[in-house]
Amino acid sequence: MTEIADSPNIPMFQSESSWILGVTGPPGAGKSTLIGQMVRHWVAAGENVAVLALDPTSPISGGSFLADRIRMEGDDLGDNVFVRSIASGKSPGGISPRIWPMCRALSDCGWTRIVVETVGTGQSEFRIAALADRLLLVDGPDRGDIIQAEKAGILELADVIAVNKSDLPGAASSAQSIKTSLGLVDDDNREVLLVSALEGTGIEDLITTIESCEPQVERNQMMMRERLISEWESLLVSHPEIDEILAKLCTDSITVSEAIQILSSSTGQSG
Amino acid sequence: MRIVIAKPGLDGHDRGAKVIARALRDGGHDVIYTGLRKTPLDIVRIVNDEDAEVLGLSTLSGAHDSLIPKICDGLRDSNLGNVVVFAGGIIPERDIALLYNSGVRAVFGPGTLTSDVLRFLEEALLRKQNEHPIGVGDDLGWHWN
Repeated sequence: MTEIADSPNIPMFQSESSWILGVTGPPGAGKSTLIGQMVRHWVAAGENVAVLALDPTSPISGGSFLADRIRMEGDDLGDNVFVRSIASGKSPGGISPRIWPMCRALSDCGWTRIVVETVGTGQSEFRIAALADRLLLVDGPDRGDIIQAEKAGILELADVIAVNKSDLPGAASSAQSIKTSLGLVDDDNREVLLVSALEGTGIEDLITTIESCEPQVERNQMMMRERLISEWESLLVSHPEIDEILAKLCTDSITVSEAIQILSSSTGQSG
Repeated sequence: MRIVIAKPGLDGHDRGAKVIARALRDGGHDVIYTGLRKTPLDIVRIVNDEDAEVLGLSTLSGAHDSLIPKICDGLRDSNLGNVVVFAGGIIPERDIALLYNSGVRAVFGPGTLTSDVLRFLEEALLRKQNEHPIGVGDDLGWHWN
């Protein structure tokens, strides 16, 4: 954490050779399995692929059960693949503040494709979307969940949309309804791709589309904003007086805005 | 703690491993489950990539006496001697000493209470903090049961 705070000049990911793909979508859409297929293609093309797979932390016990990697592994992937399971933790938005520095370290260590898989639900989707250079949205057949998510903006943010499980009935009509929804905006010509992670169909097209999409310029500012927020959060929660201040808040002896004043003034000094 | 629960070898039943994984999660740990049929090399690799502090091995196939020592050797060879290893499943009593001699620190058979496994982990953490031997690469001698 200190390390991040001490290095204000971390460049953005702008190199052609290394970038972050965020993969989001409702639980059960097949994100992990699809990533497993994409990893295979990328490795065959000579890329080094790192996957950060997020799973939720239990709000009750604080523990987690991380099993995404089961769906990603093959026997022949070798040293060009790195999979790290991450518990989403208790930080707001469900994103561990470690994600950004991890991506940065992976990029520095020569991993050319860095995939961040989201938990699959809630506000965290939005925040990882902002951390990624490109965003892939995965939905299943006949779920209609993406249309639901449209309210929250995920559909607008995605660079590429894939409907998985094209081997099941309903996938084509699901893709069509998303396409129709996109068509309501004049200059939106994003493709909705049909893939089957199970059978391995459509994966090559998907990768070509992702590789060739132009990262949205507006995302730079969003990414910077997310970085700022997550580093600010880590500063706040690691503040030496945080426990005392929380205790005071619980007994109503200070207000929330007073607490923020105390935390931010001394955070500023130490930083 | 970050704990990898692994199924080495060819046996295809993981109800026990999943019960343990769930109990450890409910005990506040981050549990990474490998899925079925992993080779010793796979498991060492996963422990390394996941930066795990503890490895739990579940076997029901009878191959524990061959697979588990290989995994322990692999961990030591990969500079992962600080990882705490425990085992469970169908392991005859006469084989337990062999596992202890490989660096395994606890063996949990059928009938084990999940709270026992959690207590073992607490003790393991304590030993780590006090720098008493507990990792697979540390001096042998101490084991839980």
